[in-house]
Amino acid sequence: MISPRYFREIPQRYRLEAGKCKKCGALFFPPRIVCSKCKSKEFETVKLQDEGKILTYTIIRVGPDKFSKETPYAVGIVQLVDGVKLTTQIVDTDLEKIKIGSKVKLVFRKIQDEGKWGLHCYGYKAVLI
Amino acid sequence: MRDVAVIGIGMTKFGELWTMSIRDIFVQAALDAIQDAKVDHIDSMYVGTMSSGLFVGQEHIGAVMADYLGMTPIPTSRVESACASGGVAFRQAYLEVASGHSDFVLAGGVEKMTDGADVTESLATAADQEYEVYQGVTFPGLYAMIANAHMHEYGTTGEQLAHVSVKNHKNGSKNPNAQFRSQVTLEQVMKSTLVADPLRLLDCSPVSDGAACVILCPLEMAKKVTNKPVKVIASAQASDTIALHSRDSFTTLNSVKHAAAKAYKQSSLTPEKIQFAEVHDCFSIAEIVVTEDLGFFEKGKGGAAAETGLTSFEGKIPINTSGGLKSKGHPVGATGIAQIIEVYEQLTNQAGERQIKNAKIGMAQNMGGSGASCLIHILEAV
Ligand SMILES: [Zn+2]
Repeated sequence: MISPRYFREIPQRYRLEAGKCKKCGALFFPPRIVCSKCKSKEFETVKLQDEGKILTYTIIRVGPDKFSKETPYAVGIVQLVDGVKLTTQIVDTDLEKIKIGSKVKLVFRKIQDEGKWGLHCYGYKAVLI
Repeated sequence: MRDVAVIGIGMTKFGELWTMSIRDIFVQAALDAIQDAKVDHIDSMYVGTMSSGLFVGQEHIGAVMADYLGMTPIPTSRVESACASGGVAFRQAYLEVASGHSDFVLAGGVEKMTDGADVTESLATAADQEYEVYQGVTFPGLYAMIANAHMHEYGTTGEQLAHVSVKNHKNGSKNPNAQFRSQVTLEQVMKSTLVADPLRLLDCSPVSDGAACVILCPLEMAKKVTNKPVKVIASAQASDTIALHSRDSFTTLNSVKHAAAKAYKQSSLTPEKIQFAEVHDCFSIAEIVVTEDLGFFEKGKGGAAAETGLTSFEGKIPINTSGGLKSKGHPVGATGIAQIIEVYEQLTNQAGERQIKNAKIGMAQNMGGSGASCLIHILEAV
């Protein structure tokens, strides 16, 4: 549905780069142009730490066509140690081992293939630690 | 601002309407509403649809519908706010009448979902494409994460979720327009296929076709056209972050809380004064969370409320007497208007077997995405 070129040209996804508001210190991943806490437009780029914990999760058993080969798969909301929260697949584990509160680390992986040429799209996934 | 009333309603049956196109179903509902309101013209109309482009490849749906309704050259617009598109159409129509700009305005909603698109993928466009859907999240998946968080924080159980579906199917069995008029047992819900843990097939609203339309006009004029006008006493809308993960809590829907606060203020009512409500039960957990955030139950007690029957037809506050999205069906763009129609039927004593005694004040709560949009309308019999 979305051009792979578009995804490739989003550097923060691959380098886990967040925007830190220079005025109030709020951290945004992905980076934003306007701080939704204080409305400031001044940011610095900071790299996020790659460890965190699972706040909530689910096992997708009926998925969209493009993920059909992986179904069932786990997705969760992970809070990184910096406080940033993101949605990510939780992989390389028996699905029963995943719990709210489990510690995870983000790793660089292929997320999906795009379009009829099957171009690879990359990003982060979480593994239990 | 003028007082505004609903004076006529029309809707198709919700379900798999294989023999009708998207324009057919909308026109049918619109004609029924115009006839019901006994008006000879409409000044303007709003068409709520979430994704006619993805579902049937037709955008510019406002003009398509005015054309096929034989109403050109009236102004017509398509409005979109995911599953809250119908609610937004109603609010826009309300504002246009209240402002004095138009007298008779049609607010409608329509969706044709069974014609072949990948429904899971199309619906997921209402979530954050770049940071949620990219990772493989589906809509049931997002609500499943809300459910798991609610279970973790408040001890809500799968059985409590199932009670919502059992109740809504029971109500829907009395609604001739409902997609599913069959009742389900607790055991059937608990044993149905897992879609996204802990949500099962019977925790989820179905894929549906359908359209719903209402006619609004100034209250003063309404009194001349009908002896049973229903007054809109609150119209409120609020938003929240598009991504679930950006919220401080996954078990409170801020858009619902904010819209509710505005609606209660506009109407000078408290939650205790609402006699019944149609709420957005796209998934069983949604009804539980929403009934808490509307202030009907304390936070964390929504599951117990469903289990003990407080939200049943005979309960403290009947929720989703129409059968809700779960049993009545959820043609996404039409849902917000269909909720208004149920409230209108209750307030005008036209709800048949589902009729609540002495219904005077009812609420419709319509939501888009995982709660990034919320519309709340309160209606009163006059
Ligand atoms: Zn800031």
